[in-house]
Amino acid sequence: MPLNMSLRMKSMLLTVVFSIVLLGLWELVVQPPESTEPLTEYEMLLGSSDQEARVPPPSKVITLAFKELGDPFYDAGPNDKGIGIQLGYSLYRVLTGFFMAFLIAIPAGFLIGMSPLMYQTLNPFIQLLRPISPLAWMPLALFVIRDSEASAIFVIFICSIWPMLVNTAFGVANVREDWLKVASTHELSHLRTAFTVILPAAAPTILTGMRISIGIAWLVIVAAEMLVGGTGIGYYVWNEWNNLDLTAVIFSILMIGLVGMILDLLLSSALKFVEYKE
Amino acid sequence: MSQYFVHVQNLAKRYPVKGEKEPTTIYENANFGIHKGEFVCIIGHSGCGKSTILNALAGLDEPTEGGVIMDGQEVVGPSLDRGIVFQNYSLLPWLTVFQNVYFGVRARWPGWTKEKLDDHCNKYLEMVGLGGKGKLKPSELSGGMRQRVSIARAFATEPKLLLLDEPFGALDALTRGLIQEELVKIWEETQQTVFMITHDVDEAILLADRIIVMSNGPKARVAESVVVDIPRPRKRSTIIDDPGYYKIRNYLVDFLVNRSEELSGKSPQPNEYPVTVNPVAINRPSDTEPPIVIDQAAEKLSVPAA
Repeated sequence: MPLNMSLRMKSMLLTVVFSIVLLGLWELVVQPPESTEPLTEYEMLLGSSDQEARVPPPSKVITLAFKELGDPFYDAGPNDKGIGIQLGYSLYRVLTGFFMAFLIAIPAGFLIGMSPLMYQTLNPFIQLLRPISPLAWMPLALFVIRDSEASAIFVIFICSIWPMLVNTAFGVANVREDWLKVASTHELSHLRTAFTVILPAAAPTILTGMRISIGIAWLVIVAAEMLVGGTGIGYYVWNEWNNLDLTAVIFSILMIGLVGMILDLLLSSALKFVEYKE
Repeated sequence: MSQYFVHVQNLAKRYPVKGEKEPTTIYENANFGIHKGEFVCIIGHSGCGKSTILNALAGLDEPTEGGVIMDGQEVVGPSLDRGIVFQNYSLLPWLTVFQNVYFGVRARWPGWTKEKLDDHCNKYLEMVGLGGKGKLKPSELSGGMRQRVSIARAFATEPKLLLLDEPFGALDALTRGLIQEELVKIWEETQQTVFMITHDVDEAILLADRIIVMSNGPKARVAESVVVDIPRPRKRSTIIDDPGYYKIRNYLVDFLVNRSEELSGKSPQPNEYPVTVNPVAINRPSDTEPPIVIDQAAEKLSVPAA
């Protein structure tokens, strides 16, 4: 490796090398064994001498990826929709639930962070509700809401509210005393203090909470859609498993990872805008 | 009507102590005044309650007893009439240098136009020597420059009283000297009324018209009011040549080293005012002599008619 390469260049080169080695190993390991005997007539009918189901090689996954991503939005009936449509449904649910949670968590977080009374009052509720697996809400949601679509969104709402709420409250409660003194000696109203001092001071903590929330929401939506069915990337994975199309399963797993990564990147770049150095 | 612009009257601060019935008295019956346009420093050992006195003046902290009258009105809560420079600068790190000053100025005059606000901020940034640095963030500045921004913010709001809470405590000696000199310059230009906490005797002599000395806490007392009888304009390089400089310096050091301890634990009576001392006027042949005994009659003379 040339010495004058930057760290970034080196790491990129190594990433490529690792990917090739990993994919190569995967490709080799899942090859069917060479048969020593000539194929029987029955085996010839099946197209192979291998009785065992195998994990598909990466070459197959890549071929499928090209095919699927070439036409991501086709719709050929309830069980055959393009990957773009499925991801779109999931994203719609995640963003709707996340946004609703945002609308409640941020003001509530401010309230809890600014008022010790509200903190003490609401803390038991938060501590009790927070550890509940969001999927445990599903039956209740289905019963109360009577709509699988809305129930999935509710599950996203309930799982993304906690990190945002807790981080906002923490960020608001821990704004440096000096900055609050600056606000009060400049006779700022409570509302003005909240917007011009507390919000920018707590923004990095709040955005970190949002980043955690969207990560969890993306984890949960897959499971939620496996339960409610119909559409979405979670349903797609399960449906392809039922079809015994493992190539598609692996492809969709990778797509889930990719979309999750993009969501996280978006929020981490938003975080850079509000970060400050003391 | 008080003769003072700022009048501290029978101020007391007590803290409850765990397991004890009686709260600890940091100080009580603290009385002193500041005239308009006067630069007053307060000096004393840690724990004597200097900071709580400053916070009471600022309205950030409520005194246990007594009160502060400024310009004929009692101080209740913080106000734009009293600007503060904190030791740790207290700049808002997400704002630029210019925005930090703007923050104060806009709060002070919400009705001003953008141009007027901008001009006003720039004027004060120039005054502290940060004319070209407005677009930088505080984190990109050295400690000395940050404190200049903080000083600019406080002066720019043109408060009736400026409170400086050990503003140069966190700076290295060289930077401190430079900024002290600038503060003298700005103060001479603006004729602000200033109340400043310091631990540094030389700093106090360079800056102040009068230095209030406090004995050690608990039960600290605002013991004496030492007049700095050295003509202005003062400069760091030449002030040491003034015949009065070492008289004042030795007097203050003697107080802080020897007498502040002796006086500790003795609270003054209500309405008792500190003795006014002018070390330049006192004739002392050498510094090896025991500390001067202050004439009790002088004390009575210094008490203003209540």
